[in-house]
Amino acid sequence: MGAWIAIAVTVAGCYAVKLLGLSVPAAVLERPLVRRLAALVPIAALAALIALQTFADGRTLVVDARAAGLAAAAVALLLRAPFLVTVAAAVAVTAAVRALTG
Amino acid sequence: MRDALGVGAAVGLSGFAFGVTSAGAGMTLAQTCVLSLLVFTGASQFALVGALGAGGAPLAAAAGALLLGVRNAFYGLRLSQMLGLPAAVRPLAAQWVIDETSAVALAQPDRRLARLGFTVTGVTLYAGWNITTLLGALGAEALGDPAAWGLDVAGPAVFLALLLPMIRDRSSAAPPARAGATPAPGRGEAGTATARPIRAAALRHEVAVAVLAVLLALACVPFLPAGVPVLVAVLAAPAVLAVAALRSRSAARRERTAAERAEEA
Repeated sequence: MGAWIAIAVTVAGCYAVKLLGLSVPAAVLERPLVRRLAALVPIAALAALIALQTFADGRTLVVDARAAGLAAAAVALLLRAPFLVTVAAAVAVTAAVRALTG
Repeated sequence: MRDALGVGAAVGLSGFAFGVTSAGAGMTLAQTCVLSLLVFTGASQFALVGALGAGGAPLAAAAGALLLGVRNAFYGLRLSQMLGLPAAVRPLAAQWVIDETSAVALAQPDRRLARLGFTVTGVTLYAGWNITTLLGALGAEALGDPAAWGLDVAGPAVFLALLLPMIRDRSSAAPPARAGATPAPGRGEAGTATARPIRAAALRHEVAVAVLAVLLALACVPFLPAGVPVLVAVLAAPAVLAVAALRSRSAARRERTAAERAEEA
């Protein structure tokens, strides 16, 4: 049930945000501070999510096979690999490290 | 048109990864598919199932997902000027306002092509994303434990592919000119030389925000329930802007006193 509530809120919220952008007059969102914040908030959220989903295990911090997978993704991105290769590299390295370390 | 199809084809893997990740996070098939059908913005979906899978409270998880969706409002703003949509079409078009459609539409030279690019990308992505989500969710059952296949790292890898271009090109408020790999359109578009000093300063903010957000999030993990650390970490954005504003103000004051002193001398 909790999951459905979260889904409903996300559905409504994400749609509202999209429609808002198409509907409001440009001046409202074009203020420099608002623009800067809107550029930086996703950066903060993405960076935090990467760290959390890689190093958090419940309420403890761990370095495990996920870190190796993320490192592989970073290397792939720095080498300008396509998106598919990047995600595939992360997944494959994580699986390989898990298989090797059991 | 070719842009649109290329982007549509490339999105397949992330849709599949989302299906698998979502199933691995304990969402039912129906929940997974409803997310892709009705939310239809990948990063938010990954964030939501990641937070719920980690045991996050529903509203905290949804709040984290919404924060990632905010950028779509700014895409919409630029798209509405470019596409000039009649009011009746807007509620329908809104669902397709995402990274990839914006990148393709805004890269077109005129309104007709922009509308075509937006529509073709929207249709292709919507179909592709939902079909691959379904396949991923069904496949997850056949695969068994997604962690054994390393699929739990697909989410972070997708986020990283989104994040790096934002830091490198400052393209997060304005969608990049051209769609490269999805869902990180405009990867590696180099900045123009004219804007370099401004860009360099702004870029420092981006890196500072990312680093501070990581530190805040990890520091919160032992103390806060799942889903909440990301909300705390987002405060890095206003914090960095506030510090930057203070510093530029004091720098201006220093310059002024230096100028006054030079005048006296």
